[in-house]
Amino acid sequence: MTVNGWLQILVFCAVLIAIAPLLGGYMAKVYTGRRVFLTRVVALPERLLYRAMGVDPNREQDWKSYAKSLIIFSLAGWLILYLVLRTQSIQPWNNYGGVAFHAAPWNVTFNTTSSFLTNTNWQYYGGETTLTYFSQMVGLTVQNFASAAVGIVVAIALIRGIANRTSSNIGNFYSDMVRTILYVLLPLAFISALVLMSQGVIDNLSHYVSVHGISGIAQTIAMGPVAGQEAIKELGTNGGGFFNVNSAHPFENPNGFTNFYEMLLVLAIPAGLVFTYGKMVGSRRQALAVFATMFVLFFAAVTVAYAAEAHGSPAQHAAGLHTQVVADSTGGNLEGKEQRFGIAGSALFDVVTTVTSCGAVNSSIESFTGLGGAVPFANLSASEVIFGGVGTGLYSILLYVLLAVFLGGLMVGRTPEYLGKKIEAREIKLVALGLLITPLTALFSTALATASAAGRASISTVAAGGPQGFSETFYAYLSQANNNGSAFAGYTGFIQPAAGNAGSHGVTFADLLGGFTALFARYAPILFALAVAGALAGKRVSPVGLGTMRTDNATFVVLLIGVIILVGALTFFPALLLGPVVQALTGHLYH
Amino acid sequence: MRRDLLIAFRSIVVITILFGLGYPLLVTGVGQVIFPGKADGSLIKRDGKVVGSALIGQQFYENVIGKNGKVQMSKGEPVTQPDPRYFQTRPSGTVPADNAAGSSFANYGPNSTVTLAALQSNIAGYLALNTAPDKRLYDPHVTSAAGVPVDAADTSASGIDPDISVANATIQAYRVAAVRHLSLVTVDRLVAQYTTARSLGLLGEPGVDVLELNLALDRTGNGSH
Repeated sequence: MTVNGWLQILVFCAVLIAIAPLLGGYMAKVYTGRRVFLTRVVALPERLLYRAMGVDPNREQDWKSYAKSLIIFSLAGWLILYLVLRTQSIQPWNNYGGVAFHAAPWNVTFNTTSSFLTNTNWQYYGGETTLTYFSQMVGLTVQNFASAAVGIVVAIALIRGIANRTSSNIGNFYSDMVRTILYVLLPLAFISALVLMSQGVIDNLSHYVSVHGISGIAQTIAMGPVAGQEAIKELGTNGGGFFNVNSAHPFENPNGFTNFYEMLLVLAIPAGLVFTYGKMVGSRRQALAVFATMFVLFFAAVTVAYAAEAHGSPAQHAAGLHTQVVADSTGGNLEGKEQRFGIAGSALFDVVTTVTSCGAVNSSIESFTGLGGAVPFANLSASEVIFGGVGTGLYSILLYVLLAVFLGGLMVGRTPEYLGKKIEAREIKLVALGLLITPLTALFSTALATASAAGRASISTVAAGGPQGFSETFYAYLSQANNNGSAFAGYTGFIQPAAGNAGSHGVTFADLLGGFTALFARYAPILFALAVAGALAGKRVSPVGLGTMRTDNATFVVLLIGVIILVGALTFFPALLLGPVVQALTGHLYH
Repeated sequence: MRRDLLIAFRSIVVITILFGLGYPLLVTGVGQVIFPGKADGSLIKRDGKVVGSALIGQQFYENVIGKNGKVQMSKGEPVTQPDPRYFQTRPSGTVPADNAAGSSFANYGPNSTVTLAALQSNIAGYLALNTAPDKRLYDPHVTSAAGVPVDAADTSASGIDPDISVANATIQAYRVAAVRHLSLVTVDRLVAQYTTARSLGLLGEPGVDVLELNLALDRTGNGSH
């Protein structure tokens, strides 16, 4: 570890803490219908958009109606995306990669469609060898916006449920979504795209460039409309790379500054929404309690990951490499990492995108050390509550808050209340179901994939002997269940002999199981979160008394952290033991 | 229900047009106007011809000449080896190496014998390349795996990492200077010139852009084609 490495991490944290309340306050204004500086520009397009969509933005919906709109909108989005991806052979901008691009097979497309719709962005394909520019833009970029907006509006609906004092309605789905895109996502994404381009992120509609290098060796350089998608990919915690190696590709992430900026984009909305919540429920201290909980867990993860990666891997030590920091070299486990990011920039990026549902990577997680690799596992095991995905993070941790309030209430022997609203049997049942679905789906799918020959067929034949094979499998389904999308990338669901998909085929088992895992673990918790919103929305608020349990002090933060770790650990510990923990505890090398 | 479906499809079609075509094309258009070179991939030309991108690593290899004076062939392809006159990029996990049209991770696990074998092979290659014909290492400080910088042994993430560490460049500078009959001071000065510092003096790690450095070496006139 180096002083500079720690400095990068601390500066990142400081900037994040500085911008989160600003963005959060702005979003609170957007969702309570107040004027913001963009209103003058956006109000007219907003009205036109409602008219084009045939939506009445003032029609308040109860949770069932809200959920119905969300599900049907998602269904329509799924069909359109599948259609776009399956019609590549007749699309414009097709043979820009030097060969005509066919559509990927149905099973891989099913996985990709489900994955981008659910904000997972798991990729069994490599962008530059599989997708046309048209698919990237008209297919994937659209869902980068839409799926992010869907996540955010659920969080907003849940906040309204907690905050409402008079009505059991929780807002209008289409209005919330349109406002999210127009006021938050679009302006930030557009400016960010310009910032990224100024640093060397490409954005063009050129053919791939074929060159002869200075040794005369032929090289084809993939091109494409990258910057626009890159910006929303990070901002919407989507994480699906334009290129196969995602943010490790120099055209997606060319230097230390872009790496920093992209990490900030990933956390901006999840961290900001916590303060949106504080504003909307009228208590900044509640927001600070939630933020503190997230931040403590985040910082712990960064520390472990950085220390582990700086230490180096058993394979490196067996090869006789010296992995300590020396003059002009970062040392550490640089396997699968880029020189320009080094150890600190890779470890931090890894934690940022696995605590959130982003799942972008700037290094190969498969090549992280056992302990360093256990960090993303642990982050995913916490079910996206350490900042989490845009919206998903906030609604997930609010479910945990309700659970902690309930447990706290049991300990002190009083009726649990949160912000004056009684938490009763119905809410706690919904909360428990909402929280357990994601982990259970992950474990069930992992068990299925490990126990069947069809599932084991996806395990990498390179370097994935022993516990690594299990880690790969487990990570694949944990990642898809948490709608994260990062991967131990040796796990495969797509066999592609040549660029352009001629003769390619999918691994049906992995493709379908992964796709269904992502869909189920996305929409079921959304329904439960909305149901909780509905159940809380109509409740009367009782005044704060002497015996009311405080939910905005350090004691509650400790309780909340305890509950999160307890649920995550109890659910996942046995599985984690079999993979990453074994690898972290041994210097043994496996075939 | 029919009304809901209608609204849903109308919405997704409208959103698709606006954010699938409008937004990306606007970004592309603005980028092409404001940042033309960068948005097109920071391509580098020599003698009017594009030879690569400053952001993309490439191979600096030469054909192996057999004892008969002809290029050695294997399975119809010429056998190649690292060209000692050029700085060499990091090991790549793509097929073929430094494939900028099909980036991929090597995915070498931390506890794997396959990884160990790959590392040993990279280290052996690096040591061999930096050994003079009289069996002495060019850089006297590097005598074994322990002296090989990690970035020279570990595979990069993208497979097209354009940079190497300054430590790696410093070692290779001895060889390049010897083979090109340049003074070590000259080569070191070029290395320093093509070293990208941390962004804002803080973010990321310093790296030496290998393609730009090699182009500068060729411009010295010593040992170029």
